Amino acid sequence: MFSKAQVKAVSGNTAAALGAALSRPDLIAAYPITPQSSCVEYLADLVNNGLIEANMVQVESEHSAMSVVQGAAAAGGRTFTATSAQGLALMYEPYFRMSTLRLPTVMGLATRDMMSPGTVWSGQQDAMSVRDAGWMQVHVENNQEILDMVIQGYRLAEDHDVLLPINVCYDGFFLSHLTERVEIPAIAEVDAFLPAYKPVAVLDPKKPVALDPMTPGPLFIKYRKSHLEAMRVALDKLEAIDAEFAGKFGRQWGGAIECYRCADAEYALLTIGSITGTARVAVDKARERGLKVGLVKVRYMRPFPVDKIAAALAGKKAWAAIDRSVCYGWNTGPLYMEAKAAACGAAPGFSAIGGLGGADVSLEDVAKVIDALAAFAGQSGRPPVLWLEKSC
Amino acid sequence: MKEIRMHGRGGQGVVKSAQIVVKAVVNSGGFAHFIPFFGVERKGSPVFGFLRIDERGIRQKCQVYEPEILLIYDDTLLDMPQTYAGMLDGCTVIINTSRRLDELAVPGRAGAVALVDASGISRAVIGRNIPNTAMLGAFAKVCGLVDWPALKNEIEASFDARNSASAREAWDSVQIVKQKGA
Repeated sequence: MFSKAQVKAVSGNTAAALGAALSRPDLIAAYPITPQSSCVEYLADLVNNGLIEANMVQVESEHSAMSVVQGAAAAGGRTFTATSAQGLALMYEPYFRMSTLRLPTVMGLATRDMMSPGTVWSGQQDAMSVRDAGWMQVHVENNQEILDMVIQGYRLAEDHDVLLPINVCYDGFFLSHLTERVEIPAIAEVDAFLPAYKPVAVLDPKKPVALDPMTPGPLFIKYRKSHLEAMRVALDKLEAIDAEFAGKFGRQWGGAIECYRCADAEYALLTIGSITGTARVAVDKARERGLKVGLVKVRYMRPFPVDKIAAALAGKKAWAAIDRSVCYGWNTGPLYMEAKAAACGAAPGFSAIGGLGGADVSLEDVAKVIDALAAFAGQSGRPPVLWLEKSC
Repeated sequence: MKEIRMHGRGGQGVVKSAQIVVKAVVNSGGFAHFIPFFGVERKGSPVFGFLRIDERGIRQKCQVYEPEILLIYDDTLLDMPQTYAGMLDGCTVIINTSRRLDELAVPGRAGAVALVDASGISRAVIGRNIPNTAMLGAFAKVCGLVDWPALKNEIEASFDARNSASAREAWDSVQIVKQKGA
Protein backbone atom coordinates (compact mmCIF):
# COMPACT_ATOMS: atom_id res chain seq x y z
CA MET A 1 0.00 0.00 0.00
CA PHE A 2 2.81 2.44 0.81
CA SER A 3 5.43 1.19 -1.65
CA LYS A 4 4.64 3.92 -4.19
CA ALA A 5 3.99 7.64 -3.82
CA GLN A 6 0.32 8.41 -4.42
CA VAL A 7 -2.00 11.39 -4.81
CA LYS A 8 -5.36 10.86 -3.13
CA ALA A 9 -8.31 12.84 -1.87
CA VAL A 10 -8.40 12.19 1.88
CA SER A 11 -9.79 13.74 5.05
CA GLY A 12 -7.61 15.47 7.61
CA ASN A 13 -8.06 12.56 10.00
CA THR A 14 -6.92 10.14 7.30
CA ALA A 15 -3.96 12.40 6.49
CA ALA A 16 -2.91 12.28 10.16
CA ALA A 17 -3.30 8.50 10.19
CA LEU A 18 -1.29 8.13 6.98
CA GLY A 19 1.46 10.34 8.40
CA ALA A 20 1.56 8.09 11.45
CA ALA A 21 1.49 4.87 9.40
CA LEU A 22 4.36 6.06 7.18
CA SER A 23 6.39 6.79 10.33
CA ARG A 24 6.33 3.09 11.33
CA PRO A 25 5.00 3.43 14.89
CA ASP A 26 5.62 0.54 17.27
CA LEU A 27 2.44 1.23 19.20
CA ILE A 28 -0.82 3.09 18.65
CA ALA A 29 -3.30 3.72 21.44
CA ALA A 30 -6.87 4.40 20.36
CA TYR A 31 -9.88 5.83 22.09
CA PRO A 32 -12.51 7.50 19.94
CA ILE A 33 -13.75 11.06 20.38
CA THR A 34 -15.36 13.46 17.92
CA PRO A 35 -13.90 14.89 15.72
CA GLN A 36 -10.76 12.77 15.90
CA SER A 37 -12.33 9.27 15.84
CA SER A 38 -11.82 8.40 12.18
CA CYS A 39 -8.06 8.98 12.58
CA VAL A 40 -7.50 6.11 15.01
CA GLU A 41 -10.21 4.05 13.27
CA TYR A 42 -8.26 4.31 10.01
CA LEU A 43 -5.10 3.16 11.80
CA ALA A 44 -7.01 0.27 13.37
CA ASP A 45 -8.06 -0.79 9.86
CA LEU A 46 -4.47 -0.64 8.61
CA VAL A 47 -3.27 -2.80 11.52
CA ASN A 48 -6.17 -5.23 11.17
CA ASN A 49 -5.49 -5.62 7.44
CA GLY A 50 -1.81 -6.23 8.04
CA LEU A 51 -0.74 -3.08 6.20
CA ILE A 52 1.29 -1.76 9.14
CA GLU A 53 2.94 -3.68 11.93
CA ALA A 54 2.14 -1.48 14.90
CA ASN A 55 0.81 -2.86 18.15
CA MET A 56 -2.73 -1.47 18.33
CA VAL A 57 -4.10 -1.02 21.84
CA GLN A 58 -7.77 -0.20 22.27
CA VAL A 59 -7.98 1.46 25.64
CA GLU A 60 -10.95 2.37 27.83
CA SER A 61 -10.25 6.08 28.19
CA GLU A 62 -7.95 8.86 27.07
CA HIS A 63 -6.16 8.69 30.42
CA SER A 64 -5.28 5.13 29.49
CA ALA A 65 -4.38 6.10 25.93
CA MET A 66 -1.69 8.48 27.14
CA SER A 67 -0.58 6.05 29.87
CA VAL A 68 -0.11 3.23 27.35
CA VAL A 69 1.75 5.57 24.99
CA GLN A 70 3.90 6.67 27.92
CA GLY A 71 4.83 3.14 28.92
CA ALA A 72 5.68 2.21 25.34
CA ALA A 73 7.75 5.35 24.83
CA ALA A 74 9.62 4.72 28.09
CA ALA A 75 10.35 1.21 26.78
CA GLY A 76 11.89 2.76 23.67
CA GLY A 77 9.00 2.60 21.23
CA ARG A 78 7.74 5.08 18.68
CA THR A 79 4.11 5.81 19.54
CA PHE A 80 1.04 7.58 18.21
CA THR A 81 -2.39 8.53 19.48
CA ALA A 82 -4.93 11.25 18.78
CA THR A 83 -7.60 13.06 20.74
CA SER A 84 -9.78 16.17 21.03
CA ALA A 85 -11.19 18.51 23.70
CA GLN A 86 -12.69 16.59 26.69
CA GLY A 87 -10.49 13.62 25.76
CA LEU A 88 -7.41 15.79 26.14
CA ALA A 89 -8.78 17.04 29.46
CA LEU A 90 -9.17 13.47 30.72
CA MET A 91 -5.58 12.60 29.74
CA TYR A 92 -4.10 15.69 31.37
CA GLU A 93 -2.30 13.90 34.21
CA PRO A 94 -0.23 11.48 32.07
CA TYR A 95 -0.12 14.18 29.35
CA PHE A 96 1.88 16.54 31.54
CA ARG A 97 4.08 13.73 32.73
CA MET A 98 4.85 12.69 29.14
CA SER A 99 6.66 15.94 28.49
CA THR A 100 8.31 16.20 31.89
CA LEU A 101 9.61 12.63 31.51
CA ARG A 102 11.02 13.93 28.22
CA LEU A 103 9.38 11.14 26.23
CA PRO A 104 8.97 11.90 22.54
CA THR A 105 5.74 11.07 20.75
CA VAL A 106 3.43 12.61 18.16
CA MET A 107 -0.21 13.09 19.07
CA GLY A 108 -2.81 14.30 16.61
CA LEU A 109 -5.08 16.91 18.16
CA ALA A 110 -8.20 17.53 16.09
CA THR A 111 -8.94 20.76 17.88
CA ARG A 112 -12.41 21.21 19.32
CA ASP A 113 -13.98 23.68 21.66
CA MET A 114 -14.27 22.81 25.35
CA MET A 115 -17.59 22.24 27.09
CA SER A 116 -19.73 23.84 28.44
CA PRO A 117 -22.13 24.58 26.88
CA GLY A 118 -22.34 21.32 24.96
CA THR A 119 -20.32 21.23 21.76
CA VAL A 120 -18.45 18.73 19.65
CA TRP A 121 -17.41 21.34 17.09
CA SER A 122 -14.30 23.20 16.10
CA GLY A 123 -12.29 25.60 18.25
CA GLN A 124 -8.72 25.70 19.54
CA GLN A 125 -9.51 26.04 23.25
CA ASP A 126 -8.32 22.48 23.92
CA ALA A 127 -4.86 23.11 22.43
CA MET A 128 -4.52 26.55 23.98
CA SER A 129 -5.45 25.25 27.42
CA VAL A 130 -2.36 22.97 27.46
CA ARG A 131 0.20 25.32 25.98
CA ASP A 132 2.11 25.33 29.25
CA ALA A 133 2.15 21.56 29.71
CA GLY A 134 5.62 21.19 28.23
CA TRP A 135 4.62 19.76 24.84
CA MET A 136 5.52 21.28 21.52
CA GLN A 137 2.54 22.40 19.47
CA VAL A 138 2.37 22.92 15.72
CA HIS A 139 -0.83 24.22 14.11
CA VAL A 140 -1.48 23.47 10.45
CA GLU A 141 -3.43 24.93 7.57
CA ASN A 142 -4.42 22.01 5.34
CA ASN A 143 -4.45 18.23 5.08
CA GLN A 144 -1.07 17.97 3.33
CA GLU A 145 0.50 19.88 6.20
CA ILE A 146 -1.08 17.45 8.69
CA LEU A 147 0.55 14.46 7.02
CA ASP A 148 3.88 16.22 6.59
CA MET A 149 3.99 17.51 10.16
CA VAL A 150 3.29 14.11 11.71
CA ILE A 151 6.42 12.88 9.90
CA GLN A 152 8.45 16.00 10.71
CA GLY A 153 7.09 15.82 14.27
CA TYR A 154 8.83 12.50 14.96
CA ARG A 155 12.14 13.89 13.70
CA LEU A 156 11.86 16.88 15.99
CA ALA A 157 10.47 15.07 19.02
CA GLU A 158 13.08 12.28 18.89
CA ASP A 159 16.08 14.56 18.33
CA HIS A 160 18.41 13.87 21.27
CA ASP A 161 18.79 17.59 21.93
CA VAL A 162 15.01 17.97 22.11
CA LEU A 163 13.28 14.79 23.42
CA LEU A 164 9.84 16.31 23.80
CA PRO A 165 6.38 15.18 22.70
CA ILE A 166 4.54 17.21 20.06
CA ASN A 167 0.92 17.85 19.21
CA VAL A 168 0.06 18.24 15.55
CA CYS A 169 -3.01 20.46 15.93
CA TYR A 170 -5.56 20.57 13.11
CA ASP A 171 -8.92 22.29 13.23
CA GLY A 172 -11.75 19.90 14.00
CA PHE A 173 -14.19 19.51 11.08
CA PHE A 174 -12.65 22.34 9.01
CA LEU A 175 -9.63 20.04 8.51
CA SER A 176 -10.45 16.76 10.27
CA HIS A 177 -13.50 16.31 8.02
CA LEU A 178 -12.26 18.28 5.02
CA THR A 179 -11.61 16.07 2.00
CA GLU A 180 -8.88 17.36 -0.30
CA ARG A 181 -5.93 16.37 -2.46
CA VAL A 182 -2.94 15.05 -0.53
CA GLU A 183 0.40 13.78 -1.83
CA ILE A 184 1.29 10.62 0.05
CA PRO A 185 4.99 9.80 -0.15
CA ALA A 186 6.31 6.26 -0.56
CA ILE A 187 7.38 4.73 2.73
CA ALA A 188 10.98 4.37 1.47
CA GLU A 189 11.13 8.16 1.05
CA VAL A 190 9.91 8.59 4.62
CA ASP A 191 12.42 6.00 5.87
CA ALA A 192 15.22 8.03 4.27
CA PHE A 193 14.08 11.13 6.16
CA LEU A 194 13.00 9.56 9.44
CA PRO A 195 15.37 6.91 10.78
CA ALA A 196 14.29 4.45 13.45
CA TYR A 197 13.92 5.96 16.93
CA LYS A 198 17.05 5.67 19.06
CA PRO A 199 15.93 6.10 22.67
CA VAL A 200 18.36 7.57 25.21
CA ALA A 201 17.18 5.52 28.17
CA VAL A 202 15.02 2.43 27.98
CA LEU A 203 12.88 0.80 30.64
CA ASP A 204 13.75 -2.87 30.59
CA PRO A 205 12.42 -5.51 33.01
CA LYS A 206 15.78 -7.30 32.80
CA LYS A 207 17.57 -4.23 34.11
CA PRO A 208 15.18 -2.69 36.62
CA VAL A 209 15.62 1.01 37.39
CA ALA A 210 13.56 3.48 39.39
CA LEU A 211 11.88 5.99 37.13
CA ASP A 212 10.92 9.44 38.32
CA PRO A 213 11.89 9.40 42.02
CA MET A 214 10.83 12.19 44.40
CA THR A 215 13.06 15.10 43.49
CA PRO A 216 13.96 17.97 45.83
CA GLY A 217 13.57 21.57 44.67
CA PRO A 218 17.21 22.42 43.95
CA LEU A 219 17.45 19.42 41.60
CA PHE A 220 13.88 19.85 40.32
CA ILE A 221 14.70 23.34 39.05
CA LYS A 222 17.49 21.85 36.93
CA TYR A 223 14.94 19.55 35.28
CA ARG A 224 12.71 22.51 34.45
CA LYS A 225 15.63 24.53 33.07
CA SER A 226 16.71 21.56 30.96
CA HIS A 227 13.14 21.25 29.62
CA LEU A 228 13.11 24.96 28.73
CA GLU A 229 16.48 24.59 27.04
CA ALA A 230 15.05 21.75 24.93
CA MET A 231 12.28 24.13 23.84
CA ARG A 232 14.89 26.72 22.86
CA VAL A 233 16.90 24.17 20.90
CA ALA A 234 13.71 22.92 19.22
CA LEU A 235 13.10 26.39 17.81
CA ASP A 236 16.28 26.09 15.74
CA LYS A 237 15.95 22.39 14.99
CA LEU A 238 12.44 22.70 13.60
CA GLU A 239 13.70 25.14 10.96
CA ALA A 240 16.51 22.79 9.90
CA ILE A 241 14.14 19.80 9.81
CA ASP A 242 11.63 21.74 7.68
CA ALA A 243 14.41 22.72 5.25
CA GLU A 244 15.65 19.14 5.03
CA PHE A 245 12.07 17.93 4.50
CA ALA A 246 11.71 20.44 1.65
CA GLY A 247 14.87 19.05 0.03
CA LYS A 248 13.47 15.51 0.14
CA PHE A 249 9.75 16.03 -0.48
CA GLY A 250 9.60 19.40 -2.26
CA ARG A 251 7.31 21.01 0.33
CA GLN A 252 8.52 23.62 2.80
CA TRP A 253 6.10 24.90 5.43
CA GLY A 254 8.11 27.81 6.78
CA GLY A 255 9.38 26.62 10.16
CA ALA A 256 8.00 28.45 13.19
CA ILE A 257 6.19 31.14 11.17
CA GLU A 258 5.49 31.67 7.50
CA CYS A 259 5.20 35.20 6.14
CA TYR A 260 2.94 35.79 3.13
CA ARG A 261 3.19 39.10 1.23
CA CYS A 262 4.92 40.67 4.24
CA ALA A 263 7.97 42.26 2.57
CA ASP A 264 6.32 45.59 1.74
CA ALA A 265 3.36 45.24 4.10
CA GLU A 266 2.25 48.17 6.26
CA TYR A 267 -0.19 45.99 8.21
CA ALA A 268 0.23 42.46 9.54
CA LEU A 269 -2.44 39.86 10.17
CA LEU A 270 -1.56 36.89 12.40
CA THR A 271 -3.44 33.63 12.00
CA ILE A 272 -3.15 30.11 13.35
CA GLY A 273 -4.65 26.95 11.85
CA SER A 274 -7.00 26.60 8.89
CA ILE A 275 -8.14 30.25 9.00
CA THR A 276 -4.75 30.94 7.40
CA GLY A 277 -5.90 29.56 4.03
CA THR A 278 -8.97 31.79 4.05
CA ALA A 279 -6.81 34.73 5.16
CA ARG A 280 -4.45 34.26 2.18
CA VAL A 281 -7.40 34.84 -0.15
CA ALA A 282 -8.59 37.82 1.95
CA VAL A 283 -5.08 39.35 1.88
CA ASP A 284 -4.93 38.99 -1.92
CA LYS A 285 -8.31 40.72 -2.23
CA ALA A 286 -7.24 43.52 0.15
CA ARG A 287 -4.08 44.01 -1.90
CA GLU A 288 -6.28 44.45 -4.98
CA ARG A 289 -8.04 47.23 -3.06
CA GLY A 290 -4.64 48.84 -2.47
CA LEU A 291 -4.25 47.87 1.20
CA LYS A 292 -0.67 46.81 1.92
CA VAL A 293 -1.39 43.92 4.27
CA GLY A 294 0.73 40.85 4.90
CA LEU A 295 -0.06 37.57 6.62
CA VAL A 296 1.96 35.92 9.38
CA LYS A 297 1.00 32.28 9.73
CA VAL A 298 1.98 31.23 13.24
CA ARG A 299 2.75 27.52 13.04
CA TYR A 300 4.36 26.76 16.38
CA MET A 301 2.55 27.88 19.50
CA ARG A 302 5.20 25.96 21.51
CA PRO A 303 8.04 26.68 21.32
CA PHE A 304 6.72 30.20 20.73
CA PRO A 305 8.80 32.03 18.10
CA VAL A 306 9.21 35.23 20.12
CA ASP A 307 12.01 36.79 18.06
CA LYS A 308 10.49 35.92 14.69
CA ILE A 309 7.12 37.37 15.67
CA ALA A 310 8.79 40.53 17.00
CA ALA A 311 10.69 40.91 13.73
CA ALA A 312 7.57 40.27 11.64
CA LEU A 313 5.60 42.97 13.50
CA ALA A 314 8.42 45.53 13.73
CA GLY A 315 7.77 48.69 11.73
CA LYS A 316 4.18 47.82 10.89
CA LYS A 317 1.53 50.52 11.24
CA ALA A 318 -0.79 48.05 12.96
CA TRP A 319 -1.30 44.33 13.45
CA ALA A 320 -4.07 42.00 14.54
CA ALA A 321 -4.27 38.34 15.54
CA ILE A 322 -7.30 36.17 14.80
CA ASP A 323 -7.86 33.51 17.47
CA ARG A 324 -10.25 30.56 17.50
CA SER A 325 -10.17 30.46 21.31
CA VAL A 326 -10.17 32.83 24.27
CA CYS A 327 -7.72 33.75 26.97
CA TYR A 328 -9.80 34.00 30.14
CA GLY A 329 -8.90 36.94 32.34
CA TRP A 330 -6.89 38.73 29.70
CA ASN A 331 -10.15 38.65 27.74
CA THR A 332 -8.37 38.51 24.40
CA GLY A 333 -7.31 35.69 22.14
CA PRO A 334 -4.24 33.73 23.33
CA LEU A 335 -2.27 34.23 20.11
CA TYR A 336 -2.85 37.97 20.39
CA MET A 337 -1.73 37.95 24.03
CA GLU A 338 1.49 36.10 23.25
CA ALA A 339 2.27 38.09 20.10
CA LYS A 340 1.68 41.30 22.04
CA ALA A 341 4.22 40.18 24.64
CA ALA A 342 6.68 39.21 21.89
CA ALA A 343 6.29 42.53 20.07
CA CYS A 344 6.72 44.51 23.33
CA GLY A 345 4.14 46.99 22.06
CA ALA A 346 6.37 48.00 19.13
CA ALA A 347 3.34 48.40 16.91
CA PRO A 348 -0.31 48.86 17.87
CA GLY A 349 -2.31 45.68 17.65
CA PHE A 350 -5.71 44.26 18.49
CA SER A 351 -7.31 40.90 19.09
CA ALA A 352 -9.99 39.39 16.86
CA ILE A 353 -11.83 36.25 17.97
CA GLY A 354 -14.09 34.04 15.90
CA GLY A 355 -14.85 30.48 14.93
CA LEU A 356 -15.73 29.28 18.43
CA GLY A 357 -17.87 26.16 18.86
CA GLY A 358 -17.77 25.31 15.15
CA ALA A 359 -18.69 28.78 13.88
CA ASP A 360 -17.28 29.59 10.47
CA VAL A 361 -14.68 32.28 9.87
CA SER A 362 -15.57 33.54 6.41
CA LEU A 363 -13.66 35.60 3.87
CA GLU A 364 -15.92 38.47 4.88
CA ASP A 365 -14.90 38.04 8.53
CA VAL A 366 -11.21 38.21 7.67
CA ALA A 367 -11.83 41.23 5.41
CA LYS A 368 -13.51 42.92 8.38
CA VAL A 369 -10.34 42.42 10.45
CA ILE A 370 -8.17 43.79 7.63
CA ASP A 371 -10.37 46.88 7.27
CA ALA A 372 -10.24 47.40 11.04
CA LEU A 373 -6.43 47.20 10.85
CA ALA A 374 -6.27 50.10 8.42
CA ALA A 375 -8.62 52.13 10.64
CA PHE A 376 -6.61 51.26 13.76
CA ALA A 377 -3.20 52.50 12.53
CA GLY A 378 -1.86 55.36 14.58
CA GLN A 379 -3.96 54.55 17.64
CA SER A 380 -2.62 53.20 20.89
CA GLY A 381 -3.84 51.69 24.12
CA ARG A 382 -5.75 48.45 24.52
CA PRO A 383 -8.58 48.32 22.02
CA PRO A 384 -11.61 46.09 22.58
CA VAL A 385 -11.69 42.63 21.00
CA LEU A 386 -13.15 42.52 17.50
CA TRP A 387 -15.66 39.66 17.71
CA LEU A 388 -16.40 37.85 14.47
CA GLU A 389 -20.02 37.04 15.23
CA LYS A 390 -23.04 36.16 13.18
CA SER A 391 -26.66 36.55 14.15
CA CYS A 392 -28.36 33.42 15.50
CA MET B 1 -13.39 28.10 -9.06
CA LYS B 2 -16.87 26.63 -8.79
CA GLU B 3 -18.54 26.97 -5.40
CA ILE B 4 -21.26 24.46 -4.72
CA ARG B 5 -23.51 24.10 -1.70
CA MET B 6 -25.32 20.91 -0.82
CA HIS B 7 -28.40 20.58 1.35
CA GLY B 8 -29.70 17.29 2.61
CA ARG B 9 -30.67 15.37 5.70
CA GLY B 10 -28.62 13.07 7.92
CA GLY B 11 -28.75 9.57 6.42
CA GLN B 12 -29.12 10.63 2.77
CA GLY B 13 -25.41 10.22 2.06
CA VAL B 14 -24.67 13.87 1.28
CA VAL B 15 -21.15 13.72 2.76
CA LYS B 16 -20.22 10.44 1.11
CA SER B 17 -21.39 11.62 -2.31
CA ALA B 18 -19.46 14.88 -2.02
CA GLN B 19 -16.34 12.92 -1.13
CA ILE B 20 -16.88 10.82 -4.25
CA VAL B 21 -16.93 13.99 -6.38
CA VAL B 22 -13.69 15.21 -4.77
CA LYS B 23 -12.03 11.84 -5.36
CA ALA B 24 -13.16 11.73 -9.00
CA VAL B 25 -11.84 15.25 -9.63
CA VAL B 26 -8.53 14.62 -7.85
CA ASN B 27 -8.08 11.27 -9.60
CA SER B 28 -8.58 13.12 -12.91
CA GLY B 29 -5.74 15.50 -12.03
CA GLY B 30 -7.86 18.43 -10.82
CA PHE B 31 -8.46 20.08 -7.48
CA ALA B 32 -11.54 19.92 -5.32
CA HIS B 33 -12.41 19.97 -1.66
CA PHE B 34 -15.40 19.34 0.54
CA ILE B 35 -16.21 20.64 4.02
CA PRO B 36 -19.26 19.12 5.71
CA PHE B 37 -21.28 20.92 8.33
CA PHE B 38 -22.97 18.61 10.76
CA GLY B 39 -25.64 19.78 13.09
CA VAL B 40 -26.81 17.41 15.77
CA GLU B 41 -25.68 13.87 15.07
CA ARG B 42 -28.92 12.15 14.14
CA LYS B 43 -30.75 10.84 11.12
CA GLY B 44 -33.02 13.33 9.41
CA SER B 45 -31.47 16.53 10.74
CA PRO B 46 -30.42 19.08 8.08
CA VAL B 47 -26.88 18.61 6.77
CA PHE B 48 -24.98 21.22 4.79
CA GLY B 49 -21.92 20.66 2.65
CA PHE B 50 -19.52 22.95 0.86
CA LEU B 51 -17.85 21.71 -2.30
CA ARG B 52 -15.32 23.61 -4.39
CA ILE B 53 -13.83 22.54 -7.72
CA ASP B 54 -10.90 24.35 -9.33
CA GLU B 55 -7.96 23.88 -11.67
CA ARG B 56 -5.50 24.79 -8.92
CA GLY B 57 -5.08 24.36 -5.18
CA ILE B 58 -7.97 25.68 -3.07
CA ARG B 59 -6.82 27.80 -0.14
CA GLN B 60 -9.90 28.92 1.73
CA LYS B 61 -11.25 26.62 4.43
CA CYS B 62 -14.61 28.23 5.05
CA GLN B 63 -18.24 27.70 4.13
CA VAL B 64 -19.79 28.64 0.79
CA TYR B 65 -22.01 31.71 1.10
CA GLU B 66 -22.61 32.57 -2.56
CA PRO B 67 -23.06 29.27 -4.41
CA GLU B 68 -23.03 29.01 -8.20
CA ILE B 69 -24.59 25.57 -7.91
CA LEU B 70 -27.07 24.24 -5.34
CA LEU B 71 -27.61 20.51 -4.91
CA ILE B 72 -30.74 19.89 -2.87
CA TYR B 73 -31.12 16.26 -1.80
CA ASP B 74 -34.49 16.69 -0.09
CA ASP B 75 -37.38 18.87 -1.26
CA THR B 76 -38.68 19.28 2.29
CA LEU B 77 -35.72 21.63 2.88
CA LEU B 78 -36.88 24.18 0.29
CA ASP B 79 -38.64 26.42 2.79
CA MET B 80 -35.63 26.63 5.11
CA PRO B 81 -34.18 30.15 4.77
CA GLN B 82 -30.66 28.71 4.48
CA THR B 83 -31.45 26.69 1.34
CA TYR B 84 -31.51 29.48 -1.24
CA ALA B 85 -29.55 32.00 0.87
CA GLY B 86 -26.85 33.90 -1.00
CA MET B 87 -27.29 32.06 -4.30
CA LEU B 88 -25.70 33.97 -7.15
CA ASP B 89 -27.79 35.25 -10.03
CA GLY B 90 -27.88 32.45 -12.57
CA CYS B 91 -27.16 29.77 -9.93
CA THR B 92 -27.77 26.25 -11.21
CA VAL B 93 -30.24 24.44 -8.95
CA ILE B 94 -30.64 20.65 -8.93
CA ILE B 95 -33.42 19.26 -6.76
CA ASN B 96 -34.33 15.71 -5.81
CA THR B 97 -38.09 15.82 -6.18
CA SER B 98 -41.09 14.23 -7.85
CA ARG B 99 -42.95 17.55 -7.81
CA ARG B 100 -43.29 20.11 -10.62
CA LEU B 101 -41.25 23.31 -10.87
CA ASP B 102 -44.23 25.54 -10.05
CA GLU B 103 -44.64 23.69 -6.72
CA LEU B 104 -41.04 24.36 -5.61
CA ALA B 105 -40.86 28.17 -5.16
CA VAL B 106 -37.40 28.39 -6.76
CA PRO B 107 -36.29 32.06 -6.63
CA GLY B 108 -36.43 33.89 -9.97
CA ARG B 109 -32.71 34.66 -9.89
CA ALA B 110 -31.91 30.96 -10.36
CA GLY B 111 -30.36 30.01 -13.70
CA ALA B 112 -30.85 26.49 -14.93
CA VAL B 113 -33.15 24.39 -12.75
CA ALA B 114 -32.98 20.62 -13.02
CA LEU B 115 -35.30 18.15 -11.35
CA VAL B 116 -34.62 14.49 -10.76
CA ASP B 117 -36.54 11.90 -8.75
CA ALA B 118 -33.39 10.64 -7.08
CA SER B 119 -35.32 9.06 -4.21
CA GLY B 120 -37.61 7.19 -6.60
CA ILE B 121 -34.64 6.02 -8.68
CA SER B 122 -32.75 4.79 -5.63
CA ARG B 123 -35.81 2.94 -4.31
CA ALA B 124 -36.22 1.21 -7.68
CA VAL B 125 -32.55 0.48 -8.39
CA ILE B 126 -30.97 0.06 -4.93
CA GLY B 127 -34.06 -0.91 -2.98
CA ARG B 128 -34.08 1.94 -0.50
CA ASN B 129 -34.32 5.72 -0.36
CA ILE B 130 -30.66 6.69 -0.60
CA PRO B 131 -30.66 9.46 -3.22
CA ASN B 132 -27.00 10.46 -3.06
CA THR B 133 -25.55 8.55 -6.01
CA ALA B 134 -28.54 9.40 -8.23
CA MET B 135 -27.94 13.07 -7.38
CA LEU B 136 -24.35 12.61 -8.56
CA GLY B 137 -25.56 11.36 -11.93
CA ALA B 138 -27.80 14.42 -12.30
CA PHE B 139 -25.00 16.74 -11.16
CA ALA B 140 -22.52 15.24 -13.65
CA LYS B 141 -24.98 15.55 -16.54
CA VAL B 142 -26.24 19.08 -15.81
CA CYS B 143 -22.99 20.76 -14.71
CA GLY B 144 -20.34 18.92 -16.75
CA LEU B 145 -17.69 19.58 -14.10
CA VAL B 146 -16.75 15.97 -13.41
CA ASP B 147 -15.52 13.35 -15.82
CA TRP B 148 -18.38 10.84 -16.00
CA PRO B 149 -16.27 7.62 -16.28
CA ALA B 150 -14.10 8.79 -13.37
CA LEU B 151 -17.19 9.51 -11.29
CA LYS B 152 -18.78 6.18 -12.20
CA ASN B 153 -15.57 4.36 -11.21
CA GLU B 154 -15.45 6.18 -7.92
CA ILE B 155 -19.10 5.38 -7.17
CA GLU B 156 -18.43 1.69 -7.82
CA ALA B 157 -15.25 1.76 -5.73
CA SER B 158 -17.05 3.45 -2.82
CA PHE B 159 -20.34 1.55 -3.11
CA ASP B 160 -21.31 -0.94 -5.80
CA ALA B 161 -22.70 -1.41 -9.31
CA ARG B 162 -26.28 -0.74 -8.13
CA ASN B 163 -25.23 2.73 -7.09
CA SER B 164 -23.54 3.49 -10.39
CA ALA B 165 -26.70 2.17 -12.11
CA SER B 166 -28.70 4.58 -9.96
CA ALA B 167 -26.42 7.44 -11.04
CA ARG B 168 -26.76 6.36 -14.68
CA GLU B 169 -30.55 6.29 -14.40
CA ALA B 170 -30.51 9.85 -13.01
CA TRP B 171 -28.08 10.95 -15.76
CA ASP B 172 -30.66 9.70 -18.29
CA SER B 173 -33.78 11.00 -16.59
CA VAL B 174 -32.84 14.38 -15.09
CA GLN B 175 -34.99 17.13 -16.60
CA ILE B 176 -33.76 20.66 -17.11
CA VAL B 177 -37.12 22.37 -16.52
CA LYS B 178 -35.77 25.90 -16.77
CA GLN B 179 -32.86 26.98 -18.94
CA LYS B 180 -30.29 29.51 -17.78
CA GLY B 181 -31.47 33.00 -18.78
CA ALA B 182 -35.05 31.82 -19.33
